[in-house]
Amino acid sequence: MDQMKAIANRAGFLTSVQDLGRTGLRVFGVSLGGALDPHALRVANLLVGNDEPAAGLEITFGGLRLRFADDRIVAWCGGNFDVRIGSTAVPSGHPALVRSGEDFSIESPAIGCRAWLAISGGIDVPIVLGSRSTDLKSGFGGVNGRALRDGEDFPLGKNSERSRSLTEKLSRHRIAHWKPAHDWSSPAQREPLLRFIRGSDSDRCGPGALEIFNAGSFFVSPDSDRMGIRLDGQRLERGNKADLLSEAVAPGTVQVPPSGKPILLLNDCQTIGGYPKLAHVISVDLPIAAQMRPGDTVRFREVSLADAHRALAERERDLEQFRLGIESHFT
Amino acid sequence: MEITPLGDCAVLIRVADNFDGAPENALQQVLAVHGQLVSAKIPGVIDLAPAYTTVALFYDPLAAAAAGAPIENIFEWLEQRIRGAISETADTSAGLVNVSEIEVPVCYDGEFAFDLDEVARVAGLDRNEVVNLHSSGDYRVHCVGFIGGFPFLGGLPGKLATPRRETPRKEIPAGSVGIGGKQTGIYPIKSPGGWNIIGRTPLQLFDPKKSRPGLLRVGDRVRFRPISREEFERWTK
Repeated sequence: MDQMKAIANRAGFLTSVQDLGRTGLRVFGVSLGGALDPHALRVANLLVGNDEPAAGLEITFGGLRLRFADDRIVAWCGGNFDVRIGSTAVPSGHPALVRSGEDFSIESPAIGCRAWLAISGGIDVPIVLGSRSTDLKSGFGGVNGRALRDGEDFPLGKNSERSRSLTEKLSRHRIAHWKPAHDWSSPAQREPLLRFIRGSDSDRCGPGALEIFNAGSFFVSPDSDRMGIRLDGQRLERGNKADLLSEAVAPGTVQVPPSGKPILLLNDCQTIGGYPKLAHVISVDLPIAAQMRPGDTVRFREVSLADAHRALAERERDLEQFRLGIESHFT
Repeated sequence: MEITPLGDCAVLIRVADNFDGAPENALQQVLAVHGQLVSAKIPGVIDLAPAYTTVALFYDPLAAAAAGAPIENIFEWLEQRIRGAISETADTSAGLVNVSEIEVPVCYDGEFAFDLDEVARVAGLDRNEVVNLHSSGDYRVHCVGFIGGFPFLGGLPGKLATPRRETPRKEIPAGSVGIGGKQTGIYPIKSPGGWNIIGRTPLQLFDPKKSRPGLLRVGDRVRFRPISREEFERWTK
């Protein structure tokens, strides 16, 4: 095998190359895409000495087995997966050295359903429309515009100075003892509570729709993917003439289709939609939503827009602290 | 002009109240506001999404905060700047104001036109009359979305309005030209869909390898030109 490559001996249930997605292209109807938990990917990238927006793998339900042609540092964040180098367990949020030819595997998670894997040097597939992310719906970006397949290899970038220095430090113990704060790397929760702000059409929905949404429990339907999470539970009223002229929607938007069963949109959602927008899950809670599996129970609670922005600012401050905190490990 | 939060990273600006009564007017408003917002370069703004009667403005709250927006009230800070940008004299040099006029060749042959008979039946016309009417219209792009590069065209002759199919097709070939209600549109890539398919264009509407990936943008003028099966084949060679 060529240097600077990885091979997926097993690709798993749904593994795709993702970075922080595509912006500035909504006028052409191009979806944001990118890692469903961009924060997890940024943290994982920092842990291996990459730039934060480097492309990594988004792994859904595990089943991935990789080998690298040369030595690489890896780190992963996300649900509670069983991750191993050979038979040695690699906990989330800990950078680890994988030697060329060793087996690196991610098996099915105990809680949650997605993980983000950063590999030092990043995944070096061609940049398409400003991003390496796989657009699964339109079939471009990533590896051949689709999910990874068994036996497929993909190119890796050059290890950075930082990654090489970490490789040296990990040459004996292989797995670093330091890690980020727990909730940065494991957003998977049982029966999560997602915070939302009121949607612009909440008054156009039927009486009580917002109250039911705010108070009730919903179940994740199996018919959920990177475009959106479909929710079962108490039917929401939509009011009369509820369908609108299509207008922009965004990841986090909760729309109510004629069935009355709300859909929480995620990164691969279309750029426009005509269903009433009841609510918007706040950005910092979308990583929690990305871990929900079919059958999971979820509840929602209304907060203010200022609350949402404060939470974002707080997480960014934490990340800045983290960046400073790990600096000594790379020099 | 109503401005409302669209989640915590976007706002929705309703620039026209009425579409059906005056679609051209709504489009002009959308184009003007889009252009003004492009020119305004408001700090933190990362994307603009025009559609029918609205323009959505996407922003990075942390970039806005870094530019001086108080974290407790980023929305009001943005709203002020948006209203300021829109009230200034229209700058027509930016955004989508410079529209393209694009001729789209369409082969209306039966093999490509799965639902031409249904459209003809609803309209009370024969197939040729449907083709003549569809290719005589002056269309404008009011919205692009659903999938990358899918144009929603207004200006469909009223007679051709046909409700969407009750059961959407699982797979519609790339280039298929369809009618959905009062609109016509083109499927840029193979995808599921519920519109009535009346022909196919050999043009590539969406090419992610190009920096301008979509052939059509909001505001563009479109005309359909009927072509024979032979010409269709020549285009695709």
